[in-house]
Amino acid sequence: MIRTENIKKSFGEHEVLKGISAIFESGKTNLIIGRSGAGKTVLLKTLIGLVVPSSGIVWYDDVNFTELDKKQIRAVRMQVGMLFQGSALFDSMTIEQNIRFPLDMFTNMTRKEKDTQVNICLERVSLTGVNKKYPSEASGGMQKRVGIARAIVLNPKYLFCDEPNSGLDPKTSIVIDELIKSITIEKNITTVINTHDMNSVMEIGDNIVFIHDGMLEWQGNKDQVLDSDNQELQSFIFASPFLQRLRDKSRGIISTHD
Amino acid sequence: MLRTSIARPEKFRMYWNETMRQMNDIGIGSVVIIALISIFIGAVSAVQFAYQLNGQLVPRYYIGYIVRDLCIIELSPTVSCLVLAGKVGSNMAAEIGGMRQKEHIDAMEVMGVNTASFLITPKITAALFVIPLLVAVSAIIGITGGYIASVPTDLLSHTDYTRGLRSFFVPYNVFMMFVKAIVYAFLLTSISCYQGYYVKGGSIELGQASTNAVVYSDIAILLADYIITIVLTQ
Repeated sequence: MIRTENIKKSFGEHEVLKGISAIFESGKTNLIIGRSGAGKTVLLKTLIGLVVPSSGIVWYDDVNFTELDKKQIRAVRMQVGMLFQGSALFDSMTIEQNIRFPLDMFTNMTRKEKDTQVNICLERVSLTGVNKKYPSEASGGMQKRVGIARAIVLNPKYLFCDEPNSGLDPKTSIVIDELIKSITIEKNITTVINTHDMNSVMEIGDNIVFIHDGMLEWQGNKDQVLDSDNQELQSFIFASPFLQRLRDKSRGIISTHD
Repeated sequence: MLRTSIARPEKFRMYWNETMRQMNDIGIGSVVIIALISIFIGAVSAVQFAYQLNGQLVPRYYIGYIVRDLCIIELSPTVSCLVLAGKVGSNMAAEIGGMRQKEHIDAMEVMGVNTASFLITPKITAALFVIPLLVAVSAIIGITGGYIASVPTDLLSHTDYTRGLRSFFVPYNVFMMFVKAIVYAFLLTSISCYQGYYVKGGSIELGQASTNAVVYSDIAILLADYIITIVLTQ
């Protein structure tokens, strides 16, 4: 479990996070949602220490992450996997080398063991036979899956995903969402996803943290999200006219032939 | 950055491989340009001194002596490293800066890699080994360039040039050349890596970082040249 206590972060005069206290539960897909510029990415990067908070505490189970020195932070990060928005695959390495990189860096496995582990991960994300390809030869969806494979290769306890669906078509987005969800359950890891994809919210949102203007506006799950009376959340979810029509139709406000 | 980069490697093998790759990039990748520059440095020095000493009481064989010491003490280490700052330094800044912008550095950090150490230490280590070798090669090629420009063109006889090369040789000058090469190698790699590692913004900033890497490295090299010369010739 990851817990934040009154996290604040300012860049110069601009306060991006204004005291966020939230819980990200183990074995669940925890979603951070909010409008662009609401502070989602800053919060996610604060959770993994890529951004240092101005004040507040991040807890990894019983460990105060914000008080750790660089060496201790690296030790915690050995239990962390992350999928970046742009996948962040190393261009000069093949897909196989990308996934093997954490194994090369942190394990004493033999070459054969590493290859086996790489193939298991590639199979897990439904990518086989692409070992020797370079990231530039892979589609956006494939790159995301390779990113996930690299993130899980060391069997992390925590998985972070920064906008895993950005730039993907709806069908591929669903595949990525389902993949993340199934890996979370299968490995019982704490997954934190930063997204504004409404399909992800409704399908895999076990725990949803809605950020608005740097503050925690609402927290709940996918079953509670539609019935929430929080105005900001409702206007965020039903921002698209299509969804508004769909909601009104489901509530019987407009007739079906409209 | 330098303090963080001096740390125990997570995996020695990975650092070793990266250092070898850098040695190849810096060393083999720069041999042609260094050879080309050095041959002309030596050639121009020989022709220039032949012209200046013409009709003077100074013996002709002094040209060989001057070209040799000029290459060893000053031109080979300084000019080579100024050129390497442009070639290798800008490349390092752009490579690391590009990794920063594409979140590769963040990705490594999240994995638990000490990025300052993994990305910078192999580059500095490789440069500290390879650049002095390149400078030594440059000095030899420079002296050869002087020979090619002066002997076949009858500016100087073979006997005079080789006599000059053998005269007044001070091994300490070679030591001075290596000191300069090592200091310049450290300066150009650390400055370039710093510029790349802390780049912010987009492609314009990356271009600026690359330019700054060359400009600041060149200034540092010239400043260090003056200081080392004063210190080592006192």
